[in-house]
Amino acid sequence: MHQISQHVMKKDHREKIDGTALYVGDFTQQGALCARLVRSPHAHARIEAIHYPRFPEGYYKVDAADVPGENIVHVVEDDSPVFEADEVMFIGDPVAMIIGPDPALVDQLVAATVIDYRELPAILDIHDSDKVFFDYHYHKGDIDAAFAVADKIYEEDFQTPYQEQAYLETQGVIACFQDGQLTVHGSLQCPYYVQAAVIKACGLSAAQVRIQQDYTGGGFGGKEAFPSFIAAQAAVAAMKMPGKSVRLVFDRREDMEFTSKRHPSCCHYKAAVKDGQVTALDIQVLFNSGAFTTLSPVVLQRGIIAAPGVYNVPNLRVNGQALRTHTVPTGAYRGFGAPQTFFAIERLLDHIAADLGQEPIDFKLAHLVKQGDATSTSGLYHFPVPLPQMVAKVMAASDFRSKRTAWAQPQSGRVRKGIGIALWFHGAGFTGAGERDHIKAVVRLRKLADGSVEVLGSNTDIGQGIKTTFAKIVANELDLPLELVNYHNPDTALVPDSGPTVASRSLMTVGELFRRAAVQLKEQWQDGVEQVVEEHYHEPDFMLPFDLPTFHGDSYPTFAWGVAAVELGFDSLTGQNDILGCWACFDVGTPIDEQIVIGQMEGGVLQGLGYSAMEQMAYDSTGRIRNHSYSDYIIPCAADVPKLDVQLHVEEFPFGPYGAKGAGELPLVGIAPAFIAAAEQALATRGLNHIPLTAEESLAYLSAGQKELAK
Amino acid sequence: MKTQLTLKLNGKTVNWEGDSSRKLLDVLRDDLGQVDVKCGCREGECGACSVLIDGLLVNSCMFAVGAVDGREVTTIEGYRDTDRFRALDKAFADVSAVQCGYCIPGMVLAAEALLAANPRPTDAEVRAAISGNLCRCTGYNAIVEAIVEASEEGEGLW
Repeated sequence: MHQISQHVMKKDHREKIDGTALYVGDFTQQGALCARLVRSPHAHARIEAIHYPRFPEGYYKVDAADVPGENIVHVVEDDSPVFEADEVMFIGDPVAMIIGPDPALVDQLVAATVIDYRELPAILDIHDSDKVFFDYHYHKGDIDAAFAVADKIYEEDFQTPYQEQAYLETQGVIACFQDGQLTVHGSLQCPYYVQAAVIKACGLSAAQVRIQQDYTGGGFGGKEAFPSFIAAQAAVAAMKMPGKSVRLVFDRREDMEFTSKRHPSCCHYKAAVKDGQVTALDIQVLFNSGAFTTLSPVVLQRGIIAAPGVYNVPNLRVNGQALRTHTVPTGAYRGFGAPQTFFAIERLLDHIAADLGQEPIDFKLAHLVKQGDATSTSGLYHFPVPLPQMVAKVMAASDFRSKRTAWAQPQSGRVRKGIGIALWFHGAGFTGAGERDHIKAVVRLRKLADGSVEVLGSNTDIGQGIKTTFAKIVANELDLPLELVNYHNPDTALVPDSGPTVASRSLMTVGELFRRAAVQLKEQWQDGVEQVVEEHYHEPDFMLPFDLPTFHGDSYPTFAWGVAAVELGFDSLTGQNDILGCWACFDVGTPIDEQIVIGQMEGGVLQGLGYSAMEQMAYDSTGRIRNHSYSDYIIPCAADVPKLDVQLHVEEFPFGPYGAKGAGELPLVGIAPAFIAAAEQALATRGLNHIPLTAEESLAYLSAGQKELAK
Repeated sequence: MKTQLTLKLNGKTVNWEGDSSRKLLDVLRDDLGQVDVKCGCREGECGACSVLIDGLLVNSCMFAVGAVDGREVTTIEGYRDTDRFRALDKAFADVSAVQCGYCIPGMVLAAEALLAANPRPTDAEVRAAISGNLCRCTGYNAIVEAIVEASEEGEGLW
C-alpha cells in the first residue's frame, strides 16, 4: 500500500473526544431567540386563514409575508417555499415560525396559533400519484429482439422503504443579521448550497451572506439539501430582527419525522435469458419523491444508471420516475438511489440462478463487466474491474462455499442459518456532467510567512475525516510535517467554492485539486512570505462526455467496487435473526488513511445491515411518518452485530490523489441484497423481494417450513 | 416549586435552585453551560448525554436534577484530566475511533463505567456495556477495539 495510507491521529480527534468541539446546539442560548416551526397537520390542504395569538413583547411570528426575497428554497428545481402561503403539501410542511427568548413560551405560542384549513385529497401511495416529477428513459441494444428469442423470461417486483439518516446530532442553524451582513452557522454538508438558498430567500447579494459550518455530528446525505430549508427560514427571521441570533435547532422527533430520508422504491424488472445468459433487462424504477422535487432528479439518475448492476447485459431498456405524493420530501442518503436498484438486480440474479439450478455467485461471476466493456449508459469501464479477486477474498474469509452448501440442506433445530453474497459498484463522484457543468470546483492553498499552510475549500468534515486526509495530501506533496498543514470548518467568507460534500467526491475530486495546488505551491515556494495558489477542476480527457437527455456517455469517471457476504441465524421460535457474520471487500483505490477508510467502510456496512434488518419507517393512513424516535426507529447498537470483517483491495485511479477513488457511500449500497440472500437460505424460501425483514414475517416462513416438514 | 440543592460537578461544589423535576441534562447544558454533555434524543435512547453519577453511568436526560442532591456528577470535562482518560484517549486515537464525534464523550464515560467494574472485558462484554450508546458512524468495531486496547495498555489504572 502507498506510504500515505499509513494512519495518523485525526486532526479533530482532540476536541471531539474531550468535549470541547462546539456543535450548533452547544452555542449559548443567552440573548438568542428560540425559533420553532408551525407545521401543517394535514397531508394536503388549502390554508384559509392564520390566527396568531397575542404575542408578548419580544415574541414574533415569521411567515411567507416576511420573506424579503423569493419565497423559494433553492435546491434544484426551486419548487419548495420557505413558508407555505396557500396550500400545504405534507404533514409537517412549515407554514410559519414563532421566535422569542423563552423556548417554553415559544412552544405555547406555536400551540396557540390556529390555522384554518380546507382539506384536499391527499395522495400517499406512489402508484396513485398524479404528478411525475422526473421521467427518464435510456436504452441500449435491441431489447425487443432479445426478448423475442429468449429461452425464458423472468419478471419480479422489488420494494425498499424509507431509511432515516439518524445522525446523532439533529439538524440546526443559527442566523444573525447585523450591519447589512447575514451570517448563518450550523450543522451542514454544503456551505455554498446554503448560501445560494439564503441569497434567494433573503434577496441579498453573495457578499452579504456568510455561511459557516460548525462541527457536524454526522450527515450521511441528510445535511446536503435540508440545511438550506432551515437556513432560509432562520435567515428570514433574522432579517426581521436585526442584531438578534435566531436559533433553529430541531429535537429528535421533529428531525426524524420531518427531514428528508431515503426514497422508498418500487422496481419492476423483466429479464430475458438465452443459453443460460441474461441477454436483456427491461426495468422500471419508481421513487417516492414526497411533496417536492428536492434532490430527486439526481437521486433517480444515479439509481437508474446502476439498474443493471455490475453485469454485462447487452440489451437494456430503463425507465425511471420520481413521483409526487403528499408525504415528507425524500432526499439524499448515502448511496443516493443506488441501494434501491442494486437490491433489485442482485435479488433478481439470485432468483434466476436458483431457477437455472446454479449457485448465484457462479451465475453472477459469469455475467461480470470487465475493463473495456460498455457501461449501462454506453460509456466505458475505463479501468480494471477487480470484482473476481474481491469475491475470492470474501468467499475465503467467510468460508462461503462450505456454509452455503451445508445450509442448503433441510435444517432442523432451533437456529436456522443462511449465507448470501452481493456485488456492486459506486459511481465515484458527481453523476454525469455535474462536476464539469455545475460544480466547477475551485480550491486554494495559502502558505503563510511562518511556513504553515492553510488548505482552503468548502468541503466539510462531517466525520469522514477530510480535515485529516486533505491535510495529509498537501503535507505529503510539500514534504511538510502534518502539524503545519490545516483544514478548518469552512466559512464562505474565507474559502473558495470547491463544491458540495456529496457523491463521494470530496477526497477523489477535491483532494486531487489540493494535490495539484500543492505541486504548484512547491514549484513557487519562497521562504518567509505569504503565497496563495489556486486550482480549478477540469474534466479528465479520457471521459466520453455525458449527455443527460439520452443518458449516453461516461456517467462517472470511475467506479469503486464492493462485495459482501452476510451470515444469519434465525431463531425458529421467535423469528428473530442474529447477524452472525459480515465479510466485505472494498476497492476505493488508494486509501489516503487506511484506518479512516476502514472506519468509513465498517460504518457504511452497519447502516446497510440496519436498512436490511431493523430500520422500519412508514407513514400511517393520514400520511404521517409513524416513527420519530430511536425507540420506534431502531438503528443497530454495538450488541446487535459481531465484529465486521472488512478488507481493502486497491485499484489505483490515475486521476485521483495517489490513486484514490470515492469511498464514503460505497459500503452501504449492496448490503441489503446479501442480507436477504442469506435470509432466503435460512428460511428455505424464495422471493423475498423487500426490506426490512421483520421477525413476524420470518416466523411465518419458519412455521410454514415446519408444516411442510411435518407432512 | 423551587428546590435548593447542592451537587459536586466535576469536582466543584455547585449550588443550584430551581424545579427539581427538570432533566439533569437540561440543567447541565442550559443552566450550568456544561455543553460537553451532548444532547442526541432527550428521551433516554441514544446515550450521547451519558454522565457518571457517583460512578454510575446514566442518561442525564432520564434523571431528574432533584435526584443528584448531595451526589457527584462527572462529565467528560471532569474526566479528561485523569490517567484513565488518557489511556482511553490514546486508544481511541490509535484506531481512529472518532468520526463525527457526537457520541464520543458519552461513549468514553460508558467505557469508564465498564472498566471500573470490569478492568479486562471481552469484546462481547464491551459490546454489551456500550449498547446504550448509539453511534451511527463507525460500525462500532473501532470503538470496541479502542476500549479493549485501553484496558490492556492501561493495566493497573482500573
